Amino acid sequence: MGKAKLSGAKALVRTLESLGVEIIFGYPGGATLPIYDELAKSSIRHVLARHEQGAAHMADGYARATGKTGVCMATSGPGATNLVTGLANAYMDSSPLVAITGQVPRPMIGNDAFQEVDITGITIPITKHNYLLQEAAEVPHSVQEAFFLASTGRKGPVLLDIPRDVQMEIFAPHQAKYPPLEGYRPTVEGHPGQIKRAVSLLKSAEKPVIIAGGGISLAAAREILVRLVDKTEVPVVYTLMGKASIPNSHPLCFGLMGYHGRVEANHAISHADVILALGTRFGDRSTGPISTFAKQAKIIHVDIDPAEISKNVPSYLPIVGDAAQILEQLAALAPAAKHGPWLEELRQVAGQHPLRGKATGVSIPNILRILRDLEDDPIIVTDVGRHQIFTAHYFPVDSGRSFITSGGLGTMGFGTPAAIGAKVGQPDRVVIDISGDGSFMMTCQEVASAVTEEIPVVILVMNDYCLGMIKQLQDAFYGKRHESCRFGRNVDFARLAESMGAAGFRLSDEAEIAPVLKKALAAGRTAVVDCVLDDPANVYPMVTGSSLLEYVE
Amino acid sequence: MRHTISVLCDDTPGVMTRVSGLFSRRGFNIESLSVGHTELPGKSRFTIVTTGDDTVLEQVRKQLQKLVHVIKAWDIKQSQAVEREHALLKIEVEDKRRAELLQIITAVQGRIVDSSGSIWILEVTGDTGSVDNAFNLFMDYRILESIRTGKIALERGPSLVMKK
Repeated sequence: MGKAKLSGAKALVRTLESLGVEIIFGYPGGATLPIYDELAKSSIRHVLARHEQGAAHMADGYARATGKTGVCMATSGPGATNLVTGLANAYMDSSPLVAITGQVPRPMIGNDAFQEVDITGITIPITKHNYLLQEAAEVPHSVQEAFFLASTGRKGPVLLDIPRDVQMEIFAPHQAKYPPLEGYRPTVEGHPGQIKRAVSLLKSAEKPVIIAGGGISLAAAREILVRLVDKTEVPVVYTLMGKASIPNSHPLCFGLMGYHGRVEANHAISHADVILALGTRFGDRSTGPISTFAKQAKIIHVDIDPAEISKNVPSYLPIVGDAAQILEQLAALAPAAKHGPWLEELRQVAGQHPLRGKATGVSIPNILRILRDLEDDPIIVTDVGRHQIFTAHYFPVDSGRSFITSGGLGTMGFGTPAAIGAKVGQPDRVVIDISGDGSFMMTCQEVASAVTEEIPVVILVMNDYCLGMIKQLQDAFYGKRHESCRFGRNVDFARLAESMGAAGFRLSDEAEIAPVLKKALAAGRTAVVDCVLDDPANVYPMVTGSSLLEYVE
Repeated sequence: MRHTISVLCDDTPGVMTRVSGLFSRRGFNIESLSVGHTELPGKSRFTIVTTGDDTVLEQVRKQLQKLVHVIKAWDIKQSQAVEREHALLKIEVEDKRRAELLQIITAVQGRIVDSSGSIWILEVTGDTGSVDNAFNLFMDYRILESIRTGKIALERGPSLVMKK
C-alpha cells in the first residue's frame, strides 16, 4: 500500500471530496480549526453562515433543491447546539443531511471542558444516526457510512462528532474490515403481490384519490406519478410537503389537503373509496381530526419506512418500498381508466369553493399573483406562518423541487437560509423566499452571508406587524384576545437589508407591487422587499370542527 | 397488555441509550429491561417488558427495528417461551425461625448464597410469577434489601433470529 500517513482532518476532507461533496455550510470554532485548515487546501467550497442554525437550514435547502446530501459543520458546544433546530427540521421532513461537529479532545470528554456538550446524546432523537469518533482511523469509513445512511431508505440527518485530537491524530490509512450494517436493510422493492392487489383495488374504485406526499420528491418519482395519473385519471391532492410532486396546474390536481386544505381536496379525501397515499406520514396537519379521516376509504399506503404504516392512520394495503420503483410498476400494471362522474363531482365542489383571498391591494394573494406573472418558474421557499399557507394556495408551481418549506417541525426562520442553500444548489434558477415579519427576524443575519458569498436570493417579507398565524388562532379560538402577537413598531426591513449590503425595497401601495418586484428580481444580488400589507387577512380554508368537512373559508 | 420484546443489536457504546431513549421519546413505558452479551461476538440482546395495546407494541417494534444498530426486534409470545427473572434478598433471621425459613427456601427452589451471622443473602430464580410468590413468602421475615433483574426470555425450539 505504502500510503502516506495523514491526519483525521485530512482524511475527513479527502473522504468528503471522494464522495462528491462540493459545498459545506458552516461556522468555524476552536474545535474544528484542524478541519478548516484542511478545507483551505481543498476543492470544497465553504459558505460561511452567520449562525450555525443558518448553516443547517442552508444545507437542508441545498438538499431539497438538488436531491443531494447537504453538509453543514459547526464547532463543539454552542456551535453544535445551534445546529439542533436545523437537524430536527431535517429529521421531520426526511431531508438528507450530514452534520459535522467538533468536539473537545478525547481526554477532556466528560470533564465539562470549555465548549463541551454531549451532542451525540442531545441529537439521538432528531438524527437518523450519529457517531462520536474515537480515533482518526475510523474517519473514512464513518464518513462514508454517514452519507450512505443519510441518503438511503428514509432519508434524514446524520451527525458526526469529531474530537479535536482525533482531527489532529496522524494515522496510516489501511483497508480495515468494518462489519456491515447488519441492522440496516431498507426495503426498496415493493412486494409484487401487494402491488398487484393495489392495482385491482384501484381498478375497482369508483372514487379513487392519490395523496402525493413529500416522499415523491425524495424518491425523484414525480414524472412517474404524472404518468400514472394521466393513465388512470385518478385525481391528486397533495400535502404541504408534496406540493411540488405534481404540476399544480395539472387538470387532475385538486390542491392542498388537510387542516388548511382546499375544500375540494378535503372533499375528495372524505368521499373517496380508495386512497393511494404516496410518501406521506399522515401528519396531523394533513389529516385534520384523525377519528373522522377518510372513513369511507380503503387506504393503500406506499412508504419507504415500515414504521409509518398504520402509525397514524390504519392502512388497508401497505406497500413498503421506494416510491419511484413502486409507482413505475403501478403505472405499468394499472389499466387506463376514466372517472368522469367523480371528477365532475370534484370540479363542481371546486367551482363552488374558489379561494377567497383578496385579489387587490397589498395583500399576500395579490402580491403572489403579480409575482407569478413576473416569474413563473422560480424555486419558492417559505418560512412558517400565515404567509406559508397563502403561498401553498396562491403560488402554483409546475416544476419539480420548486416548493421548499418547513413542513413537520414548522420552523420559523427556515426560509432565508434554506433559500440561500437552494440557490447554491441551483444557481441557474430564480430562488424566492416568501417570509413574514416574524419568521424573517429569526434568521435575518443570513442576508449578510448571502451578500458576502454572492448568492442572490429574493426575500419578500410579508409585513403585517404581527405574528399572523398566532393572531388567526387567537381570532378563532381565544375570543380575539391578541396577547403578545403584535410587534408594535416594526423593523424597517429595507434598511436592515441595506445595512447588510443587500438591496432593500419597500412597497406599501398596490401600484408599487409590480415595479418593486421587478426591481428586486432584476437586482442581480440579494434583495429584500418589505411588503407592508394593507390587509393582513387570515388564511382560509381552515378546518375548525371535528372533520375535514367542517371548515371556515 | 403486557408484552415482552427481544432486541438483538450490535454491542456498541450508546446502544443502551438509543434503545431506552426511544421508549421515552415515543411515549412507551418500560416495565423492565435487561441486557447482556450473547453467543455471537459483538452482539447484545435486550429483553424489554412493556405495556400497551397491539398497535403500540407494533409501533415500538418498528421504531426499534429502525435503529441502525438493531439487527432484529421482535415480540416474544409468552406461551412459546421460557422466561426467567433473578432476585437477591438480604434477610435478617431470628434463630428460632431458621428452620422454617430453610423450608421456604427449599420450597421456592432458592439458595442461600451468603450468610454473615444472622444476615443471609438468598437467591431466587423463576418466571415472574414464581419470583413474586417467593417475595410474598419472604415478606414475613425482615427483608433488609432486595433486588430483581428484569425478565429474560428465550423462545422454545429452533432459533427464530439468526440463520446460521
